[in-house]
Amino acid sequence: MNMNMLPPTRELGQCFVATVTLAHGGGGKAMKDLIDDVFIRAFAMDALQHLEDQARFDLAALASQGDRLAFTTDSFVVNPLFFPGGDIGKLAVCGTINDLAVGGAKPLYLSCAVVIEEGMEVETLRVIARSMAETARLAGVRIVTGDTKVVERGACDRIFITTTGIGVIPRGRALHIETMAPGDGILVNGLLGDHGAAILCARGDMALETTIDSDCACLHDLIATLLLAAPHTRCIRDATRGGVATVLNEMAEASNCSIEIDEAATPLRPQVRGFCEILGLDPLYLANEGKIVIAVPPDEIAAALTALRAHPLGRDAALIGHAVAGQGAAGEMARVTMNTVFGGRRIVDMLVGEQLPRIC
Amino acid sequence: MKYSDEFRDREKAQVLIREIDQLAAGIMAGRDLPIQIMEVCGGHTHSIFRYGLEGMLPESIELVHGPGCPVCVLPMGRVDDCVAIAEREGVIFTTFGDAMRVPGSKKSLLQAKAAGADVRMVYSPMDALTLARKNPDNDVVFFGLGFETTMPSTALTILQAEAEGLRNFSVFCNHITIVPTIKAILDSPDLHLDGFLGPGHVSMVIGTAPYEFIARFYKRPMVVAGFEPLDVLQSIWMVLQQIKDGRAEIENQYARIVPDAGNAAALAAVTRVYELREFFEWRGLGSIDHSGVRLRESYAAFDAERKFDIPNLKIADPKSCQCGEVLKGVIKPWQCKVFGTACTPEMPMGALMVSTEGACSAYYQYGGVKRQKSMVPA
Repeated sequence: MNMNMLPPTRELGQCFVATVTLAHGGGGKAMKDLIDDVFIRAFAMDALQHLEDQARFDLAALASQGDRLAFTTDSFVVNPLFFPGGDIGKLAVCGTINDLAVGGAKPLYLSCAVVIEEGMEVETLRVIARSMAETARLAGVRIVTGDTKVVERGACDRIFITTTGIGVIPRGRALHIETMAPGDGILVNGLLGDHGAAILCARGDMALETTIDSDCACLHDLIATLLLAAPHTRCIRDATRGGVATVLNEMAEASNCSIEIDEAATPLRPQVRGFCEILGLDPLYLANEGKIVIAVPPDEIAAALTALRAHPLGRDAALIGHAVAGQGAAGEMARVTMNTVFGGRRIVDMLVGEQLPRIC
Repeated sequence: MKYSDEFRDREKAQVLIREIDQLAAGIMAGRDLPIQIMEVCGGHTHSIFRYGLEGMLPESIELVHGPGCPVCVLPMGRVDDCVAIAEREGVIFTTFGDAMRVPGSKKSLLQAKAAGADVRMVYSPMDALTLARKNPDNDVVFFGLGFETTMPSTALTILQAEAEGLRNFSVFCNHITIVPTIKAILDSPDLHLDGFLGPGHVSMVIGTAPYEFIARFYKRPMVVAGFEPLDVLQSIWMVLQQIKDGRAEIENQYARIVPDAGNAAALAAVTRVYELREFFEWRGLGSIDHSGVRLRESYAAFDAERKFDIPNLKIADPKSCQCGEVLKGVIKPWQCKVFGTACTPEMPMGALMVSTEGACSAYYQYGGVKRQKSMVPA
């Protein structure tokens, strides 16, 4: 289905049943009604169109905004679907927009492919689609094409969403992970680990009274602000799965530097700290959905911090460490080390598998 | 964070480190071998690596990371039994998170779950009891694991299940007890240990009296220690002070949590529900007399070992694995033949690579291959 902006030429179908069945994946009227009711209505608003099999773009209009296309894709699965601070729909839009934005691109178009488990409530689908549409609208990005599949119960967990994004990189922007150099400042745009902690809390297994909001947010505007203030920024990575620790290791490896970070400088919400203490988790490995790690040359660190902190999504931005020459002092496996609050030093390695809460 | 940041104060740490340096230098004046102090508990190992304590200590002090990680010392045969129970039709097998990755001879619980077994992570045995109430047609089994720290909560859960008349709840009991294991380590011929940091959480339950034999018969000092980095440093300082004075006593650094007499209510529940096994198998250390507990006959209805037909096979540790020597401080983790090669956190061969509290895993993840003086902050 294609949702390019064209004058309305037909009535939208409506879905009158409460739950999705395999009939909605059959390619017939039921499927068309579901797509119309849930997705077309949300994404295309009142600008309706005939349904082509693809979105079409005017090349000249794209080329006027930059000299390179950025293209990325990501799949989203999350339990629960709705959590404090967001839902799977918002996540699917923000995640792909951020993947474009960390490369310096201005995000423009998204696709949305969903795999739905039979039995899913149609109203829940509507809420998710509206959340996607609203997030995209606020970000100035359009969802222009998509696909819907329905699978048998047990073949997926309620809904999986894949979004693919296209953006344009303005001329002159060059962010490359391998250009990080000794002396560069390592910055983050705010409090770490909120999303990971929010999801674990929202599952309710821990029966903790605190709620933590996910940091799920679109960061392209923040990044544009940053690049104005610090045009020689070396690279930006979003610290999603695997957390900041994983990103730091990737940056160190790609640039053949080491990174030293300062535990006392890493910004953490008191609730997230407490949460990690109780469960024996390390916040550096918790997922974020609205946090980036930035490498900035020494003479632009101050400007970058000021610009980040002036933006609503960067108020708690901090300089957490520096890139240093060569391999770390702590042995052949150490790329990233942390000076602990206590005055000791330890290695921050890639995570093996998944963090599991400790027994005692 | 109140009540924990106070115990992570960098200035106080520097003062303690200076005193530890002096004490260690004084002790080393009369000897060649380094001063070996064993932290018995995996929680201490975790703190030591988490805060980079090893690099702050003088080189003459060697911390030996002891057997106190219950996940690490679980023998492969017992994991196989867990998998066998978990794979039974109608069973919901519940476990603490970090036990899921421990390798059995064929698979771990994580792999059994991927293959279709109903394995669920819980945060307390009471969560397992809730599952049993909600799923009356399933057999809910809780994987009882850990030292005296977790023993009482499992016992109280069994008593609660009994009071409610729940018939579909049982415990696969692998609780172990630390004292016989410390004794086994002290009896080993290649031992050089000079003193111990005693386990804080275990002692909160059992008190300090059960350790008296260590001071009286083996003439080694022990300081029951808390888990914050200043706790650990102060406890090391106390052990060194004893060595310097030629004393061997059981001291309690963690008095804010650990009463010398232990916790009477917890001990009563433990005594009511469990009895000592004749022996229990430890990964890396072999069979140790009276080192494990099982449910008493009167609680047989809640005993998964009696309820289900389990294979109960003893699986020998891999030959190349040197966990036993590392546990006793005879070699350092990186001196093991398979460290970082055949044995890694992704594919652990030996016990100590399994949990983040295991000495080898901690070295691999946090400590680097060797300790270097350059790790000490200026």
